[in-house]
Amino acid sequence: MYQTVIGLEVHAELSLDTKIFCGCSTKFGQEPNSQTCPICLGLPGALPVLNEEAVKYIIKIGLALGCRILPEARFDRKNYYYPDLPKNYQISQNYLPFAVDGYLELPPSQKKGTPIKVGIDNVHLEEDTGKNIHSESGGREGYSLVDFNRAGIPLVEIVTRPDMHSLEDTESFMVSLRNILLYLGVSNCKMEEGALRFEASVSIRPDEASSLNARVEIKNLNSFKSVLRSLQYEIERQRRLLSGGEIVSGETRLWDEKEGKTLTMRVKESSPDYRYFPEPDLPPVVIKPQWIKTIRAAMPELPAERLRRFVKKYHLPPYDAIILTSSKSLADFYEEVVEGFPDGKHVSNWIMGEVLEKLKERKIGIEESSLTPASLSELLNLIKCGTISGKMAREVFAEMFATGKGAGEIVKERGLAQISDTRKIKETIDLILKKNPAAISDFQTGKKKVIAYLTGQVMKETKGAANPQLVNELLQEALQQQ
Amino acid sequence: MKIEKKEVEHIARLARLKLNEEEKERFGRQLGQILKYIEKLNELNTEGVEPALHIVPLQNIMRKDEVKDSLPVKDALANAPATKGKYFKVPRIIE
Repeated sequence: MYQTVIGLEVHAELSLDTKIFCGCSTKFGQEPNSQTCPICLGLPGALPVLNEEAVKYIIKIGLALGCRILPEARFDRKNYYYPDLPKNYQISQNYLPFAVDGYLELPPSQKKGTPIKVGIDNVHLEEDTGKNIHSESGGREGYSLVDFNRAGIPLVEIVTRPDMHSLEDTESFMVSLRNILLYLGVSNCKMEEGALRFEASVSIRPDEASSLNARVEIKNLNSFKSVLRSLQYEIERQRRLLSGGEIVSGETRLWDEKEGKTLTMRVKESSPDYRYFPEPDLPPVVIKPQWIKTIRAAMPELPAERLRRFVKKYHLPPYDAIILTSSKSLADFYEEVVEGFPDGKHVSNWIMGEVLEKLKERKIGIEESSLTPASLSELLNLIKCGTISGKMAREVFAEMFATGKGAGEIVKERGLAQISDTRKIKETIDLILKKNPAAISDFQTGKKKVIAYLTGQVMKETKGAANPQLVNELLQEALQQQ
Repeated sequence: MKIEKKEVEHIARLARLKLNEEEKERFGRQLGQILKYIEKLNELNTEGVEPALHIVPLQNIMRKDEVKDSLPVKDALANAPATKGKYFKVPRIIE
């Protein structure tokens, strides 16, 4: 039985209007090389100036992760040659990052009772690199194209301690961290645009007591799924090696998404070869306690606090609260529905049931669906006043989800409204009683069961649109009067 | 003092320089002379002296997050030895 030890390095692009050291726009998907200037192109003589907002953002992240904010932060040059790096060094932080020694507590899962704390080694600021596009043709004709629009985009790197021991831990960490970044509003975390990226390192050891085997770093991980798949592959590969009496060599491996395996990378400079040295162009940043205080006071509610509040305010079971707060947009959606229909548990049942089922079917998040909180609360109100039955509601909901139309609108269009009009129901009852004189005498001789039969007949006559409870009451009344 | 050939090769590789045998020998010797010269600094007693990372005592020089004009694409590409469309063109990168 081997123990797995996993650590992550997470890069998130900060959602700021301009780059970290210059005023170029960070807008995604623009014409290649249209958002560059002498600073982010690394032209001689250009002087970088730090984006103040990036510092605020990173302090926010540090505080959210329970880190110590260092009184003075500095920038360093990380030297390496690669075509996507115009200056031949990346401005990063090696010696004095903004925040150190934090942790992220994973939300309790159903499987594991005790919460797991994943240590955060440090949170630092750096600049993103450009983007390479590789031509199809190989050999001597092959070339690569470079777009520097991404070069200089503010990037936060979050480095964890090797505190994760399973794929479940890793997934839970990634989901929680993304959630925190989204709650803070510091990154859009769009993985398809490369705004959130991961590097994983993994090693295994025979048991907890033994020393760690060499660790393998995995690069090129662009989704939660590829992180988990690559770790799975790598854990099995290392187990096979160790069981066969071989050793695992410490190296960086590249994840091949198509093949579903990790491959050895060309030997890259190892850490000491980056020849870090203090960045002379950027003066140190001194973080005054007052600054931290102001930022702390303006911190939004974070997922863990929101979870506790949901349990308390809406009287939800913890399980419901965990699911609802697992995504900021879902939790926002929930609270908006509750505003229009103030029965927390009832709303939760609908969201955890019908809504999540439909989202899962379509493989989308709530923010991508056309369902609005207002229309869901409208639907719940229609059920509550008896305008539609629970069964009808399901049909209406399906159409709301498919078309984005309001609940009331659909009910009107499809003539679905339940008949709660006493006069109309009484008319139908009279009709049915006239047709069934035998039933009336049965009732008078004490066969009360006949009411169920008659209710069924009324429902049939109204094609199921009558409010069954009302029909039952009115029938009793009518029979008594006979 | 002389820098070993192996180390010269390593440094050259990091700097993406291709050196011939004569250059390796010569640069090894020159790098050694430079290091020996810098070593003079070790003669000074620097105990209790903070490293001078910056020569001007500045701190917290920052700018607002406000978009400024970027270069026109043709200007951005003007110095490039090779371009294709709106991209910089470089020899194929082999992972």
